[in-house]
Amino acid sequence: MKTDTKLLMLIVVFGLIGLAPVLITQDSLLNIVIMTLYAALLGQAWNILGGYGGQVSFGHAAYFGTGAYTVAVLQVQFGINPWIGLAVGGLAAAAVGAFIGFCTFRYGLRGSYFALVTLAFAEVLRILSNSVDFTGAGVGLLIPLERSAANFQFASKAEFFWVIWVMTFAAFLTVWKIGNSRFGAQLTAVRDNEDAARALGVDAFRVKMGAIMLSGFFAGLAGVFYAQYFLYLDPHIAYGAAISVESLLVPIIGGMGTLFGPLLGAAFLHGLSELSRAVIGDAPGVSLVLYGVLLVIMVLFVPRGLAGLMSHLRGGKPPVSRAGGGKGHA
Amino acid sequence: MLEISSLCKSFGGLQASQSVTLTVPQGGITSLIGPNGAGKTTLFALITGFHRPDSGSVRFLGEDITGLPPEAIAKRGMIRTFQTVQPFAGQTVRENIAVGAHLKIRDRAQALAKAEAVARQVGLGDRLDMDAGSLTVAGRKRLEVARALATDPKLILFDEVLAGLNPSEIRDVIPVINAIRDAGVTILLIEHVMQAVMSLSDYTWVLNQGAIIAEGPPKDVVSDPHVIEAYLGKGMAERIAKREAASA
Repeated sequence: MKTDTKLLMLIVVFGLIGLAPVLITQDSLLNIVIMTLYAALLGQAWNILGGYGGQVSFGHAAYFGTGAYTVAVLQVQFGINPWIGLAVGGLAAAAVGAFIGFCTFRYGLRGSYFALVTLAFAEVLRILSNSVDFTGAGVGLLIPLERSAANFQFASKAEFFWVIWVMTFAAFLTVWKIGNSRFGAQLTAVRDNEDAARALGVDAFRVKMGAIMLSGFFAGLAGVFYAQYFLYLDPHIAYGAAISVESLLVPIIGGMGTLFGPLLGAAFLHGLSELSRAVIGDAPGVSLVLYGVLLVIMVLFVPRGLAGLMSHLRGGKPPVSRAGGGKGHA
Repeated sequence: MLEISSLCKSFGGLQASQSVTLTVPQGGITSLIGPNGAGKTTLFALITGFHRPDSGSVRFLGEDITGLPPEAIAKRGMIRTFQTVQPFAGQTVRENIAVGAHLKIRDRAQALAKAEAVARQVGLGDRLDMDAGSLTVAGRKRLEVARALATDPKLILFDEVLAGLNPSEIRDVIPVINAIRDAGVTILLIEHVMQAVMSLSDYTWVLNQGAIIAEGPPKDVVSDPHVIEAYLGKGMAERIAKREAASA
């Protein structure tokens, strides 16, 4: 697909999604769309580092939680407006990304070693937020209810929809731009063969640092949105493994290293969990079991994800694994 | 252009490089030959920053580049290729070559255009949209050459670009290498295919067990007794000389 065609498709798809608040009047249905967009944002954030950069992270909760806690702590402890918190939260998450990236890429950690260290960082942050006072420790933080647009707390779901729509669209446009830039070419080169990339003059460390910071930034934005949408945080929600798993599940199911993969993955996952809720009821853990089974099926049979499957059905490349091509690619 | 002096490197008890000194003059093709395990590829890795030498220095264009990382050396205009070809599998031939082109070119469209031009130059023009992973061995070798060439280098280090090719493929690639030289790029090549070394290079260095044992124009070097012994074993030079004397 030509890059211009991709951009056009992106605009059309997000335009169509933008019709949701006009067509859907039921709050519970609109909520599903909002949560799907939010999952797509989180998944796209992971996709920048994991899909395009080949650095598989098991700890994206570190960035998500940092974004969420930043906006919450600034409001609750310092009375700072959450719109400012939105920017600060994204930047703080990017800074955490820079720190983790420096600690790991500096020493050449790749593949499963990188994945384990990211998991450890997220766990450290979870324990820290569980033990210090200003994050509310284990009790968590309740953001006081004050519904107004100036306060990033909307009375209607439609307004929340527009906020997450803009954020997610921005993330997807950024990834489109990455796919059409020198940075993106160098990032995928590092993913597919780091030594060959370096021999051609690619500064692998710098490229990976750029990717982890961008990835952290967008995951942080997702965290800010989550905090403002639900107005409650605790260490388990913000830094728990569930977020890390969701952020990698979405692009893996949708298609790693593809522009539309995270959107497909998010729609599929949320569709499935709603379906399972309708059929089986709200039994605890059912969705987790489903996710696990799904992940096994996808990795075994459709390693290039739904996006790969779709391009195959249109007569493109066969849905073979891209992961097999590169060295040091978990 | 490239001056290596007293370069040493050992891996545990193995001295892969024992005080190697060699120079590559600007322009032309210099070759580096030697039996398997002589340390040729290690020397390339030392020169291009993939390994850090224990002692000695590497100077490129008059500047000391010893111990710089590979990407910094590549930016200065010295590019290596790999003996075991390393394509970015899953990306097209065009995208592969564009990674090289991006060293000097920021704009994506320009880099892709440059990739296309370079691909035609090395004879990959008809396979631009193919997955690099599905190229034949000969195609991958060409891709290695193309990626290096796309960076607009001053010096290219070719690590056995002809190995694994059949004679007709070798005949096809030799003009490509000659054309690169004619375009003003200096070349240092590691090669086993003697036909190529003889027909391509102006000057040859011979490496054996990590040390330089001979140097000179290729014709002289292949009749050097030290070189014959390094390849064929001790005493062989003498026996060959005897046989030639007897038949003469």
